[in-house]
Amino acid sequence: MEKTSIQVPTVAEMISRGEQPEVLFWVGCAGSFDDRARKITKALVKILHHCGVKYAVLGAEESCTGDPAKRAGNEFLFQMQAMQNIQVLNAYEIKKIVTACPHCFNTLKNEYPELGGAYEVVHHTQLLQDLIDNGRLTMSGGGTFKGKRITFHDPCYLGRANEVYEAPRKALEILDAELVEMRKCKKNGLCCGAGGAQMFKEAEKGDREVNVARTEQALETAPNIIATGCPFCNTMMTDGVKHFEKEHEIEVKDIAELIAEANDLL
Amino acid sequence: MIGQVIFGVLLIAGAVLFGLRVKTIRRNILLGKDIDRKDRAPERWRNMIRTALGQGKMVNRPVAGILHIVIYVGFVLINIEMLEIVVDGLAGTHRIFSGSLGGFYNFLIAFFEILGAGVLIACVVFLIRRNVLRIRRFHLAEMTNWPKSDANIILVWESLLMFAFLSMNACDFAIQQISGEGSISFPVSKYLAGMYGDDVHTLHLIERFMWWFHIVGVIGFAVYVTYSKHLHIFLAFPNTYYANLEPYGRFNNMEAVKKEVQLMMDPNADPFAAPAPAEGEQPGRFGARDVTDLTWKQLLDAYTCTECGRCSSECPANQTGKKLSPRKIMMDTRDRVELVGKQLGKDGQPVDDGKALLGDYITEEEVWACTSCNACVEACPVNIDPLSIIVDLRRYLIMEESKSPESITVMFNNIENNGAPWAFSAMDRDKWKEELL
Repeated sequence: MEKTSIQVPTVAEMISRGEQPEVLFWVGCAGSFDDRARKITKALVKILHHCGVKYAVLGAEESCTGDPAKRAGNEFLFQMQAMQNIQVLNAYEIKKIVTACPHCFNTLKNEYPELGGAYEVVHHTQLLQDLIDNGRLTMSGGGTFKGKRITFHDPCYLGRANEVYEAPRKALEILDAELVEMRKCKKNGLCCGAGGAQMFKEAEKGDREVNVARTEQALETAPNIIATGCPFCNTMMTDGVKHFEKEHEIEVKDIAELIAEANDLL
Repeated sequence: MIGQVIFGVLLIAGAVLFGLRVKTIRRNILLGKDIDRKDRAPERWRNMIRTALGQGKMVNRPVAGILHIVIYVGFVLINIEMLEIVVDGLAGTHRIFSGSLGGFYNFLIAFFEILGAGVLIACVVFLIRRNVLRIRRFHLAEMTNWPKSDANIILVWESLLMFAFLSMNACDFAIQQISGEGSISFPVSKYLAGMYGDDVHTLHLIERFMWWFHIVGVIGFAVYVTYSKHLHIFLAFPNTYYANLEPYGRFNNMEAVKKEVQLMMDPNADPFAAPAPAEGEQPGRFGARDVTDLTWKQLLDAYTCTECGRCSSECPANQTGKKLSPRKIMMDTRDRVELVGKQLGKDGQPVDDGKALLGDYITEEEVWACTSCNACVEACPVNIDPLSIIVDLRRYLIMEESKSPESITVMFNNIENNGAPWAFSAMDRDKWKEELL
């Protein structure tokens, strides 16, 4: 497929044209700055573009939701961030937000409303499921994943924290691959080790790393691909796979990347 | 007659000791700060019925879950028989309901015996699980001598109560066989009857001994429970009723912070005006350093914990050898609030004993090892929330003491200066867009 050039609009640009986005894509810090997570961001943008979703980003006006600050106990910093973001979001009269980061998703969805920021917030896998259900996203490539074994690692802040278990699995179903569950999945899923601000610090002393324990569970399913729905889980699982020196056999990919790949969008 | 008096005295003494202890526990729990958990009553009832009454989360682990249900159902239903035992004890009668209930009495006793046998078997299996099989969660660091003994005492005690109950019936069965009077079937205990011989006088003595052993044991158990980790048999009900109904991922937005942030963000606010404390408001601290900084619900959680350890066995930090164990968080909280409760001043207020929950009981290392993944909260069969305590301890460390691992401080600074947890310029936030052109 020919490489298409995509102009990603900011909300400001869209509004200056007298338009409103159907959905705001909240990119998040990982999606904006982390090299690996940027690939997820681009994959999702390609899907949105491909499906004709009228989306926009905040660009430089987006700032950290405050999630890592809040989980680490810095309520002041969290609320400062939240109030700033809410001012921006409310000024643009944002109604619906999609994000590929479960931490942003959880914070925007559950903790902003009480501070004056009430929006419909969906995780990108929920949006993908919607697009599939509405027939806006169909598999044109096809066959790429046929016969492949995929296991999905539930992000804590999508799964247990918000009980979203079906959307990511539904979104994976259309790949026509073989979905295999880890022995610890859905509400019993084991954390990747990044949550609660652990991503930003060294782990306490122990006998091994959490991501290694989780990757071990993933490897038990003998997968070709470990699917993730969170940029931080992605990092942790990628490192875990490297720990077991399996990086040449097993891919760690976000659901958005898999769907974009199946549609020859990448 | 003397027996009736002794029985009455024991019953009253047990009730008084139990009542006093309940009062103490209630007072200790109410040392916590207020939190509104009286809303959404229908949902709360449903939660309680499903989780506590219906044991909904217990069966997530089928072996322990089903055995636990056997003990639970046995405990609740055999207590109906306590009614007869108490009336017999006070009135000096023997099986007072056997005449009036007739065939139904026979059915009830048979039913209780089957339950009793089930409880006995389940207790023995639990003792084996705890002491012989190397099940990791029963041997974690916080399972020191007392918690281990406490659990064993309760299981042995329950086993003995059931044994006494069945033995008492066995003697009555033997006497019934010898005298030819009565027709109670005793479907389980009749197999024990052989153990107690065929001398009617001896059988009567053994029956009396077992009857007294059982009832004194029950009264003693009721009092013991209030000092043990076993309070969940009562507190599971209020604890599930008052449990958090919000999504696990939603952490509360601190009201005190909200006011200050709003003031800081308000362009019309006088920057030099300190926020006026609302009327009757205590100048509280941010987060929790000691148990009195926690809410009553968090303290109720601590008293409800029966130290089963499902939380810790699901905890990613604990599984990978870190010091954090959510069960220990709950045990420490209860130990601390018990001590604070013992040391209350004459005005009923806690006195400063130079100790605190954070530091003397729970270390910073434990607090920082948490990934906030909510596995512990999900695992708890009685809806205890260890994570909320961990977060409140972090809040104290950060907002009162500015103490955090260095990299966390760096992360805070980055968010403050760049709007991202890493040291990237905010202006580069949409650089990725260029890669799509």
